[in-house]
Amino acid sequence: MSAGTNGAAMNGEGRLERRFARLRAEGRAGLVTFVTAGDPDPATAAKILAGLPDAGADVIELGMPFSDPMADGPAVQAASLRALKAGQTLKKTLAMVKAFRRGDADTPVVLMGYYNPIYIYGVPRFLDDAKKAGVDGLIVVDLPPEHDDELCLPTMKAGLNFIRLATPTTDDRRLPTVLRNTSGFIYYVSILGITGTRSAASDAVAKAVARLKRHTDLPVAVGFGIKTPKQAAEVARVADAAVVGSMLVQTVARNLSRQGRARPGLAAAVLKRVTALARGVRGARKAT
Amino acid sequence: MTLNTYRAGPDERGQFGIHGGRFVAETLMPLILEVERAYKQAKNDPAFHAEMAEYHKHYVGRPSPLYFAGRMTEHLGGAKVYFKREELNHTGAHKINNTMGQILLARRMGKTRIIAETGAGQHGVAAATVCALFNLPCVVYMGETDIARQQPNVFRMKLLGAEVRPVTAGSGTLKDAMNEALRDWVANVEDTYYIIGTAAGPHPYPEMVRDFQSIIGAEVRTQLQEAEGRLPDTLVACIGGGSNAIGLFHPFLDERGVAMVGVEAAGHGLKSGKHAASISGGRPGVLHGNRTYLLQDADGQIKEAHSISAGLDYPGIGPEHSWLHDVGRVEYVSATDREALEAFQLCSKLEGIIPALEPAHALVEVTRRAPKLPKDHLLVVNLCGRGDKDIFTVADAVGVKL
Repeated sequence: MSAGTNGAAMNGEGRLERRFARLRAEGRAGLVTFVTAGDPDPATAAKILAGLPDAGADVIELGMPFSDPMADGPAVQAASLRALKAGQTLKKTLAMVKAFRRGDADTPVVLMGYYNPIYIYGVPRFLDDAKKAGVDGLIVVDLPPEHDDELCLPTMKAGLNFIRLATPTTDDRRLPTVLRNTSGFIYYVSILGITGTRSAASDAVAKAVARLKRHTDLPVAVGFGIKTPKQAAEVARVADAAVVGSMLVQTVARNLSRQGRARPGLAAAVLKRVTALARGVRGARKAT
Repeated sequence: MTLNTYRAGPDERGQFGIHGGRFVAETLMPLILEVERAYKQAKNDPAFHAEMAEYHKHYVGRPSPLYFAGRMTEHLGGAKVYFKREELNHTGAHKINNTMGQILLARRMGKTRIIAETGAGQHGVAAATVCALFNLPCVVYMGETDIARQQPNVFRMKLLGAEVRPVTAGSGTLKDAMNEALRDWVANVEDTYYIIGTAAGPHPYPEMVRDFQSIIGAEVRTQLQEAEGRLPDTLVACIGGGSNAIGLFHPFLDERGVAMVGVEAAGHGLKSGKHAASISGGRPGVLHGNRTYLLQDADGQIKEAHSISAGLDYPGIGPEHSWLHDVGRVEYVSATDREALEAFQLCSKLEGIIPALEPAHALVEVTRRAPKLPKDHLLVVNLCGRGDKDIFTVADAVGVKL
């Protein structure tokens, strides 16, 4: 049995499965956008979130801020710290998803972050509240398969997707371990390094996606280092989705006042970027 | 609960009770597993131990003396106080026991670039030293706050040929330096080996660093046998990450008659909120690859630690200490900045030994405890570093302009 039939799909189709099925039917790749919850303040962040589907985001990754995001680069770390400074908590992040769901029943929302805030919130209570809020899946960077009993297995049991990262260091021997309890999609980190730094050569990405496809039926989303609509299109030609994060939070950073407050038009500026990226992704397989 | 042995950990998942583990990003996981395999092999290879013993003897200057602190004992009027003189090691602290072990491992693994994090700079100096010895490029991450208060060590590292990269994120201290070192490792996994400076981080580091530091306790055992013909009654050591303490304690954990006390940094006081006492003032959480007691808020965000001693200024503690606390085998107490400054001056005047601010915290507990103990009570304190690096900080704290 391949890994793709595991997980939340067994409890009936979730939003992620439906979304990727639709993308397949449309013959195109998806755009996965990452923004940090509460960055730069709760109201602006909510406005960005609400606007993402219309701007062309097919799947939303919402960052749960953490004080020590070890696997992220300066841009995402700064976004995390801005959000925390503005009073963001895990509870508020869940409330933000709940509010988003009142206006959008279809776009999958995946929470992405680190384990400690969830551990402190309490895993059963967190899963309960996340499900009620309309969260579809989790990406928790510092929980490798070796610690599946902490959160991954309870998440699957709760009927949510647990999405794992595969990297260039995940060799063929280790891949089955990584894929075993993964559902929804697999997130391929195309470079060795932290978010938002360098980007991978597109033929390397194509090879990596092909390697993953030999091991799983799950959709493959590729991210880390995608900054332009052209790069997003290149990834969209070979993968099931392109993930863009750091450049969106950098757009947030560039639209702050000297005191660090949101300038008018911040949300629109971020959404404009998303629109451009979505155009790149949607046109990818038509262009020659 | 009474255990048969306190020395069997970690388990196959790298855990000591609920603590420890391997909470790292997937990029690092294959690396961590590779380090674990390589260390297991080295641990069982007599040639590895023989090579290390040679360097210990002729380069580090081991064994370090076990010194009967006569005037301190007389002054306190109780227990016989012995100093384990780790500050006499090459580079002036216990840190080189660990960096020597890890660099020999890195060489066995064929790694060609070394990275390290440092707080007080002692570990950075010890890492830079062994890198110079073996001609390997060395990058040391250090928080900018620590760079400002540890200038002598920064210069030392540069003299040794290391590149010191300032870390501005967060509070610019040890935890931020560790974040940055982990980021470097993620980006340079192929050729780089990360020498972690304390008995913390993802498995197998807590076990490996403990093993390399356990030479401290093993020597104390032999030396006290020669001096007194028996085991110690009480062991005292300071705790930041806790590598000097676990190195002293571990060989004695199964000796029921040996009491052990770890001293955390209470900064301005536990109630002030400005301290670095993870066990006394924190709760279990997950950071830097392991579960352990952490200073954190109600939302699970890590709080900034505070201590006058840069080496203790870390919001966590090695996972084995967290477990030893949970099972009650080791007692954990704390000492404030002010108390440490007093002990620092007392030791300098009484014994002619200027201790680092880190073991000055351990000396605080010695001054509290020794007077209440009988004169035949043998108390060993780990003098894990010398204080030359701290004289500017101390001068500033006591209002002297240098």
